[in-house]
Amino acid sequence: MYPSKFDYLAPETLEEALTVLAERGDEVKILAGGQSLIPMMKLRLAEPSALLDVNRIPGLDTLSRSNGALHFGSLVRHNDVVKSETANANHTVASAAPWIADPIVRNLGTVAGSLAHHDPEGDWASVMLACGAELVLTSSTGERVVGIDDFLVDMFTTSCQPNEMVTEVRVPAHSASGGGNYQKLERKVGDYATVGVATSLELDETGNIASAGIALTSVYAHNLKVTEAEQSLIGQTPSDDLFAEAGRIASQACSPASDSRGSATYKRHIVHVFTTRGLAKSLEIAQGGQS
Amino acid sequence: MNITVTVNGMQHSADVEPRLLLVDFIRTNLGLTGTHIGCDTTNCGVCTVLIDGTPVKTCTMFAVQANGRSLMTVEGLKQNGELSAMQQAFRDNHGLQCGFCTPAMLLVGTALIEENPDPTEDEIRWAISGNLCRCTGYTNIVKSIEAAAKTTREGASS
Repeated sequence: MYPSKFDYLAPETLEEALTVLAERGDEVKILAGGQSLIPMMKLRLAEPSALLDVNRIPGLDTLSRSNGALHFGSLVRHNDVVKSETANANHTVASAAPWIADPIVRNLGTVAGSLAHHDPEGDWASVMLACGAELVLTSSTGERVVGIDDFLVDMFTTSCQPNEMVTEVRVPAHSASGGGNYQKLERKVGDYATVGVATSLELDETGNIASAGIALTSVYAHNLKVTEAEQSLIGQTPSDDLFAEAGRIASQACSPASDSRGSATYKRHIVHVFTTRGLAKSLEIAQGGQS
Repeated sequence: MNITVTVNGMQHSADVEPRLLLVDFIRTNLGLTGTHIGCDTTNCGVCTVLIDGTPVKTCTMFAVQANGRSLMTVEGLKQNGELSAMQQAFRDNHGLQCGFCTPAMLLVGTALIEENPDPTEDEIRWAISGNLCRCTGYTNIVKSIEAAAKTTREGASS
């Protein structure tokens, strides 16, 4: 399978890349890992007139921790996250990374690229929704910071404008009394999730739940943040019953389709189980257990 | 576009169309047909080569992206005309049947033991989980990689 013809541009500075986007952003696609973009081009679902390969721009491949957050540069690969000690500062991120695609695809695919591509069944968007991530969008005229809720507009659509590029993803680090988890059911390595559930908890000084994040993959038209289930946890004392109720709310909020990966009833049941289980795992970490 | 790529230690320059897939550059332009094309959709992994030591699926990368990079294909594994430890282990342990997935398995195994000289069975199975084999049931592939890791460790310590 071959894509339509395109111009290939491989700038060596961010300024050059942003100039290209300012001039012809409408017709250009940014190439980071290419592990979703290139298959779509080969199927001719995407036919950009030019590819802007940002892989030769130095400094975009940094994963660091500062000011209470993890900072992912545009070119941080999924496997960089798997191998990074730093990434353990957010437990939801660290537990999701080994479940992204397969080990070879993880060598090229990037976190920022995955979010910018916004496949509605992608795993990272759920992680970012549960953790309240922000994205830095840069253009030749400056940069702006957008919350993940505002970034994800609709399937394959984000609020990143044609002249902008995602230059950083910021994810709050968990505190010593916080924890998180990603549960994924997949038929085989590299498949889309049958069901994915991202959870994140922070406890207050009394051990009650100060904040909570829950987001679901592959059981709705897009990644679904379950605000009602999150709200049911705030200020409460953690318990199995509390988590099971949050799981029940999540299973009612989603709207899975029956397909080759399972029936809607089955997927709804898994959402219930995974949400309950993910919250218990997050609590265990928050209370000082093993990640 | 003109590109220069080092493949198995040899530098190659070519004028290629940007949409030329890396796997076709390797097979057609360079004539190195040990790298296979299977699914053409990033699933099966038979097109895997090492780029600067890291396994990459070359059906999902353009040749122009490899400009200036160093590649190793299965043809580059032999050392001084002898089979590498990984190749020898696959031969000794019946680590292949039809052989279609084998070049990629050899390269992924080689990259794994470079990074992790004493992998557990789980780590081996995890490392090859992006590569499909429809013949062996994987058992002898895992045994082969374990054996190659062992001979490589023993070779390094002797």
